[in-house]
Amino acid sequence: MLLNALLLALREIRRNLMRSFLTVLGIVIGVAAVITMVTLGNGATQMVANQIASLGSNLLMVMPGQRLGPGRDSAGAPKFKSADVEAIQQQINGLKVVAPVVGSSVTLVAGTQNWSSTVNGTTNDYLIAGNWKLAAGRLFSDDEERAGKAVCIIGNTVKRELFGNQSPLGNSIRVKTFDCEVIGLLAAKGQGGMGQDQDDTALMPLRTVQRRLTGTLDIGMIMVSLKDTTDSAGVMTQLRSLLRERRKLADNVDDNFNVMDTKQIAETLSGTIGTMTALLGAVAAVSLLVGGIGIMNIMLVSVTERTREIGIRLAIGALENEVLLQFLIEAVVLSAFGGLVGVALAFVACLGLSSLMHMPFLFNPGINLTAFGFSAAIGVLFGYVPARRAAQLDPIAALRHE
Amino acid sequence: MAVAELGAPLIELRAITKTYGEGQAAFQALRGVDLQIAQGEFVAVMGPSGSGKSTAMNLLGCLDTPTTGEYLFRGIHVEQLDRNQRALLRRNCLGFVFQGFNLLARTSAQENVELPLLYRGEAADVRHAQARAALDKVGLAGWEHHTPAELSGGQQQRVAIARAIVTNPLVLLADEPTGNLDSKRSHEIMELLSRLNGEQDITVIMVTHEPDMAAYARRIVHFVDGLVASDERPGATEACC
Ligand SMILES: Nc1ncnc2c1ncn2[C@@H]1O[C@H](COP(=O)(O)OP(=O)(O)OP(=O)(O)O)[C@@H](O)[C@H]1O
Ligand SMILES: [Mg+2]
Repeated sequence: MLLNALLLALREIRRNLMRSFLTVLGIVIGVAAVITMVTLGNGATQMVANQIASLGSNLLMVMPGQRLGPGRDSAGAPKFKSADVEAIQQQINGLKVVAPVVGSSVTLVAGTQNWSSTVNGTTNDYLIAGNWKLAAGRLFSDDEERAGKAVCIIGNTVKRELFGNQSPLGNSIRVKTFDCEVIGLLAAKGQGGMGQDQDDTALMPLRTVQRRLTGTLDIGMIMVSLKDTTDSAGVMTQLRSLLRERRKLADNVDDNFNVMDTKQIAETLSGTIGTMTALLGAVAAVSLLVGGIGIMNIMLVSVTERTREIGIRLAIGALENEVLLQFLIEAVVLSAFGGLVGVALAFVACLGLSSLMHMPFLFNPGINLTAFGFSAAIGVLFGYVPARRAAQLDPIAALRHE
Repeated sequence: MAVAELGAPLIELRAITKTYGEGQAAFQALRGVDLQIAQGEFVAVMGPSGSGKSTAMNLLGCLDTPTTGEYLFRGIHVEQLDRNQRALLRRNCLGFVFQGFNLLARTSAQENVELPLLYRGEAADVRHAQARAALDKVGLAGWEHHTPAELSGGQQQRVAIARAIVTNPLVLLADEPTGNLDSKRSHEIMELLSRLNGEQDITVIMVTHEPDMAAYARRIVHFVDGLVASDERPGATEACC
């Protein structure tokens, strides 16, 4: 009986190729769309998470100026001085390191190559705070930091642009009016959370940049790295009251500096990505639903013809169960086939798109199963239910169906 | 008497009524039909259009259920059987030729004829051979692979006949089996039915409008307005007068 039904079902699929094809197509599109969107969404979330982790965890960035974002008013706000850095180091508990940073955009020249980049004057603590590793060479010595010697540690992009594949160590780079010896190379980090190239940087001792590039003792930003166990909210309040006190701000005056928490940024960003993924998922669910309705339509349109077919089969001696089994197998075969093609298509699409968008490809078995299961269920349901209704009619009633 | 020797009735209808629709729109197509048909009979059912011939045939073929009354098939109360039991009765004992053919679309003549054998669980080679033989009997050798859309009305009718006789049923029910055929083909089909009736003892019940065709039968039942108006046995009458 099962064999007979299978034979009949396959014959019926072959006989109605167009109908079978449309049914399968509906399922393929629904399944592939959902899987692709959700998988890509997951990939994007993972990518952002990776980038944020590379920023350094538990990091506070203190900058002069009132607020973040474009057009922020930093001109009027007083800069930080080394004394601020020391005060933070001494008066706030639970910190790993505090690193002052002075940035300056300059053109770096080595031999015939030149490259515009950002030079950051800082201390060795910058590497700890920013989660950097040395790929080669060494850190600044105490002597170099104190005296403001012309030495630098360069990022991977700078190395690539100025020295190609050669080792930069021991070579010198011309920065404005002075030559600077390369003593270290930072391990590459890749793109940052906002898409900028984090490796396009060079580090020099704080004093070197202040004396030779900016010409002031100002500090542009203070990076405060917390111990893993430290509560960032608590430190943030302490930091604010310390800095307000040092800057002699009255109670009714707004902060003229601000503190950014990378953890907060991470949470905000992954929240945003999460929303995006949910949105994509919803779009995909709609497409799955549309696919489902397509399947439903095809099935329902063919009901008249199929009801007659069922009537004929019943009239010449088929049992209700035999007819139903045939229709069930037909629906299962079409739905499962469509589902599998959809899963395969989604796999290829995800692989292609995620490499195109430089995202990690995270195969998500859950969504594959869900999409497959859902579409298969729709296919089976709408293939089977009308058939069941028809098979419960008297043969003559099924034959008369219009 | 020859008829009496045929034995106890194979089929017995007792006060069968069939009402279509409900309430105001209700229409009584059969209004109390009593009929006995014995094993091996060849019965022609005649009567004006709308007199309930097809309705009665559908009931006899277990394709439909009567509104009231009793239908005994070999002493079994068919009206008390469930759907599956009636399906098994159709499968194992009955062959039905529909007035409107009712062939499966986009399906070759061969496959259409094989279908009843498939549900009987016959092996593939048996199915092929028997279907071919049945198509041959109705004069459709060489047309096995044509689908209904590629066949004329008369050819479709003959495929439907082949499908009904392929299982060598106990009872062959044919609703106007020659309705779409020219007189030569009609006589061929009637001879085939006579042969099946005579040689294989298949009980044949056939609806027809043509007295020529009815002449092949040994008994003619006339329907008028949902009732059996007359029930003649031309042969028997001749014998006694
Ligand atoms: N499904 C149905 N619903 C309502 N009325 C029906 C139905 N089937 C048949 N009838 C009515 O029952 C009556 C008998 O129909 P039936 O088909 O048995 O006639 P018939 O004797 O076979 O006629 P014909 O010689 O034209 O085939 C007709 O008046 C018809 O209108
Ligand atoms: Mg009729």
